[in-house]
Amino acid sequence: MIPAAFQYYRPKDMAGVLAILAEHGDDARVMAGGHSLIPMMKLRMAEVPHLIDLQEVGGLSGISIDDRITIGAMTTQAELIDNDALAQAAPILREAALQIADPQIRYMGTVGGNLANGDPGNDMPGLMQCLNATFTVVGPDGERSLAARDFYEAAYMTGREDNEVLTAISFARPQGGHAYEKQKRKIGDYATAAAAVQITKSDGSCAGASIAMTNLSDTPVFSEAAGAALAGTSVDTSAVKAAVAAMLADIDPVEDNRGPIAFKRHVAGVILARAIERAWSRA
Amino acid sequence: MSKKQHYTLTVNGTEEEVLAEPRELLIYTLRERLNITGPHIGCETSHCGACTVTIDGKSVKSCTMFVAQADGKEITTIEGLGGPDALHPLQQAFKEHHGLQCGYCTPGMITRAAKLLEENPNPTEEEIRFGMSGNICRCTGYQNIVKSIQAAAAEMNASKEAAE
Repeated sequence: MIPAAFQYYRPKDMAGVLAILAEHGDDARVMAGGHSLIPMMKLRMAEVPHLIDLQEVGGLSGISIDDRITIGAMTTQAELIDNDALAQAAPILREAALQIADPQIRYMGTVGGNLANGDPGNDMPGLMQCLNATFTVVGPDGERSLAARDFYEAAYMTGREDNEVLTAISFARPQGGHAYEKQKRKIGDYATAAAAVQITKSDGSCAGASIAMTNLSDTPVFSEAAGAALAGTSVDTSAVKAAVAAMLADIDPVEDNRGPIAFKRHVAGVILARAIERAWSRA
Repeated sequence: MSKKQHYTLTVNGTEEEVLAEPRELLIYTLRERLNITGPHIGCETSHCGACTVTIDGKSVKSCTMFVAQADGKEITTIEGLGGPDALHPLQQAFKEHHGLQCGYCTPGMITRAAKLLEENPNPTEEEIRFGMSGNICRCTGYQNIVKSIQAAAAEMNASKEAAE
């Protein structure tokens, strides 16, 4: 498999990255770990005449934990999994990252790449919508912040402009119980359906819930209605049923090699019910 | 077409200079330019793990990295772990415990397993299966691969203790 030819750049700072993006416009693209982009280039589904490798750009990786948690875009899935302080502060991240791809790919694949790619199969976008994360992008006019819940427009279409680079992700330290539940055909596969759930409990009833689904539309789906269906309940069978029904009204899966629409809707319901149950048991 | 460039790779401790287009996949550079044919091309789509090498301390599928990305890196392949005169404990264990049949996946399996044992010298069976889940074998059913890695871990831990 031979991708189309390209010019390769390995700038040492963001100014260098932005200069190449400014010069070549749509013909240039940044690459983090490359484990989404390189397969697409090998299949010639992506052609990138000017490829900008971010590996030597400083300041793009690392995890800082305070009231807010900030993760550099170049932080790999393996680094995220290995960070014990993060696993304490926001355990849903390790739980989700362990279900992404396989060990080799997690050494290379980055949080930022997973988020900026815009593939509906990626797991981090739904997770970040569940956590109500904010993305920081930098471009020729400086930095700006975008809400994860507004970022995804369509498959591979996001709120990031072509001349901007995603640099960091931040979110408030999550409260309560969590679960990331994913149904896939095999290790390394994208989800048939996946659910990210955070639930808080107060006096035995649900104080609030945040629910997002993966690979069940051309974007991740944050289902505000599903979370609202749990709020104030004891998260009993009828509340879970109501949350699943609300989620099913928000998703829009298509038929593909993971199954027909009816099957995906069935799996989405099973996965969300499991995720709610597990998150509630940890709340 | 983009021009060929000079790249410097340190492979199994030897510094190598290659002239290649940036788009060349690292597995081809290793096999066809440097004649390092231990890492194999299986699926060439990041699934099977036969091309696994270690790059700066990470297990990487070398079919999913451009040679340009590997410029300046330290790379270890199966050839760097051991050879016929001095087998690595993992190679010895795969031999003794029938961890291979056709052998095609073996270099990637052992290269990955070496990194796994470096990070976790006492893995449980579950940890081995999870840690090896990026490598596919179509012959063994994995049972003997797991046994081989367990045996190698025991051997490596015993010789480490003996050395202390």
